[in-house]
Amino acid sequence: MADDKSFALSCPTPLANYEQILLAHGGGGKLMHQLLESVVLPALDNVHLQPRHDASVFVVGNQKLAFTTDSYVVSPLFFAGGDIGTLAINGTVNDLAMAGARPLYLSLGLILEEGLPVETLSRVMDSIKKTAAEADVQIITGDTKVVDRGKGDGIFINTAGIGVVEHSLDIAPGSVRPGDAIILSGDIGRHGIAIMAQRAGLQFETTIESDCAPLHTTVQKLLAGGIDIHCLRDLTRGGLASALTEVARQARLGIRIREIAIAVCEPVRSACELLGLDPIYVANEGRFVAFVPENDAEKALAILRKEPVSEESAFIGTTTVDDAGLVLMTGTIGSTRMVDMLSGEQLPRIC
Amino acid sequence: MKFVDEYRDAKAARELAACIKAVVTRPWTIMEICGGQTHAIVRFGIDELLPPEITLVHGPGCPVCVTAVELIEKAIEIASKPEVIFCSFGDMLRVPGSHRDLLAVKAAGGDVRIVYSPLDALKLATESPDKQIVFFAVGFETTAPANGMAAYQAHRLGIRNFSLLVSHVLVPPAIEAILGSPHNQVQGFLAAGHVCTVMGYHEYEPIAAKYKTPIVVTGFEPVDILQGILLCVTQLEQGRYEVENPYSRVVTREGNIPAQKLIKEVFEVVGRKWRGIGEIDNSGLALRGEYRQYDAELRFGLADRKIEESAECISGLILQGIKKPHDCPAFGTRCTPEHPLGATMVSSEGACAAYYRYRGTTASGRRAG
Repeated sequence: MADDKSFALSCPTPLANYEQILLAHGGGGKLMHQLLESVVLPALDNVHLQPRHDASVFVVGNQKLAFTTDSYVVSPLFFAGGDIGTLAINGTVNDLAMAGARPLYLSLGLILEEGLPVETLSRVMDSIKKTAAEADVQIITGDTKVVDRGKGDGIFINTAGIGVVEHSLDIAPGSVRPGDAIILSGDIGRHGIAIMAQRAGLQFETTIESDCAPLHTTVQKLLAGGIDIHCLRDLTRGGLASALTEVARQARLGIRIREIAIAVCEPVRSACELLGLDPIYVANEGRFVAFVPENDAEKALAILRKEPVSEESAFIGTTTVDDAGLVLMTGTIGSTRMVDMLSGEQLPRIC
Repeated sequence: MKFVDEYRDAKAARELAACIKAVVTRPWTIMEICGGQTHAIVRFGIDELLPPEITLVHGPGCPVCVTAVELIEKAIEIASKPEVIFCSFGDMLRVPGSHRDLLAVKAAGGDVRIVYSPLDALKLATESPDKQIVFFAVGFETTAPANGMAAYQAHRLGIRNFSLLVSHVLVPPAIEAILGSPHNQVQGFLAAGHVCTVMGYHEYEPIAAKYKTPIVVTGFEPVDILQGILLCVTQLEQGRYEVENPYSRVVTREGNIPAQKLIKEVFEVVGRKWRGIGEIDNSGLALRGEYRQYDAELRFGLADRKIEESAECISGLILQGIKKPHDCPAFGTRCTPEHPLGATMVSSEGACAAYYRYRGTTASGRRAG
């Protein structure tokens, strides 16, 4: 047995920064942030990247525009509640929506693997067409490439999107103020668990469907209702926990939330228990958090609850001057714990 | 959710905490054996509900944390072979060996896969006859039946391209090692409910008697853990030292007999190295008899390979309940879940990882437990 002498703290040399890319570098957690900060952003650094938001907002002539891009590598391509096509449209639409923009035009880049059945591509294109129509966006430019068999995974998609910003608000983490109310637009964890269940071959009494949905009309309703939105963030990779942690750090404020206010549907809860996952880290594709002034909270909730994609919206917490940069959650038995950003990854390639 | 919600009930938890407060008259140090319990204690903030007299220390019951560096190195070597598909539970991939982890092997081109059951690995073996499928069989008595079943099925079905890298450890010898140490501070134990589900709790009775230490079979939800603490404290206050089983909705004294039979059929008890702690006699399982042909160490000629743990972090002291994560100057600075120095920071059940995730890097403003 070790004795106290060994407490001379001579830990083994830490693993150096990984020399190769790990899957976890794409997981939306700390490793990805490290990679962005140390390798990607230094090569690009400019004023538009500073806000670290889902989309960049800039002015051309007299018009404020928002621009964003996202790539989709989900496996499996088809899952309960959606497929890679619905994700590729809604994901980019939602990134624009989180900047308070009205999405107008998208680009579509397809990277296909040799051997992919044309029928599979047709199914994905059908759902792209349908989803774009529902989101009222047009795809006006595109590109198709094919890679050797074994060098892709069926279909990878990249979409970029442009939207117009038709209000004077600066919807970004930097606009969050102490005392802001935090509203969550519905129950969490459906997308990640739907993918996971399909991948692991898990069967539940009820099929868990992805929550994949466009959010921009909901955001437009909040704007039309005169809500002074400070910040919006969709809860994709890394889930609610990572979204809140990012905002807390960027806004240099504390965030306090109540676990009991965070809705998780029964099948998702069961699946999380079974798989050892914490739902606050599980990905979503149709959920967001809104930071609004306390005075606007009730009105914002009333607006959100009228919309089908956000009818279960709930007030989950507030921002504080104390504990800047930290997210603290009061748990079900009344104790408080810290919520940290996901370290590696919970689920590989879910979007 | 049935069997979960009622055991996370805030009112029941507070009532139990009040009972503990009413019973306790002096300081007591209690160890929860299992990493799952440590995780629940920190996640739910159970220790914040306890009176200051009670100190919870975190035990060695995290299989990821206690797997010896030697075995991690062997796993890395096997997983790097081009003919191998190496299957493991997810957490093992991030445990550092001497220099690398299995994730780095994967990034470098090794075929390393996460599975949820050893039988999934066995299925993969039947689907990939030209590959060697190796499953990293880690865990306590809890996972031994499923891992044993994989070897049993492989043998029954004549699947030859399958093997197990066995790193099984046993709880009772670890408890004896802790209680027998001159540095021991632990006065009572919360035994791991799932280990007892398989093994029963009769094997703890001689330990409780020999060391005059109460052992309470405890589950993993807040109410279970508080109930375990209450019974343990009550025994300590009354000077009793028995094995008690409040987790009777799952655990019986005799345990799961068919599972135990399978373990005996496939495994034999051997000495095993514990990371950070060292060799403990009769504390592990290895494949026996005709099942040895499924031993990956033998198949890949690594059985005699010895790798000494040189300078180790304090995880060994943490696993024995002598130190707490915040006692380590490297905690949260040089040692984080992204770049762990030791195994207790790697596994989601490891004490350091639990503290890091739920407490942050400083103990300021909060009691560390």
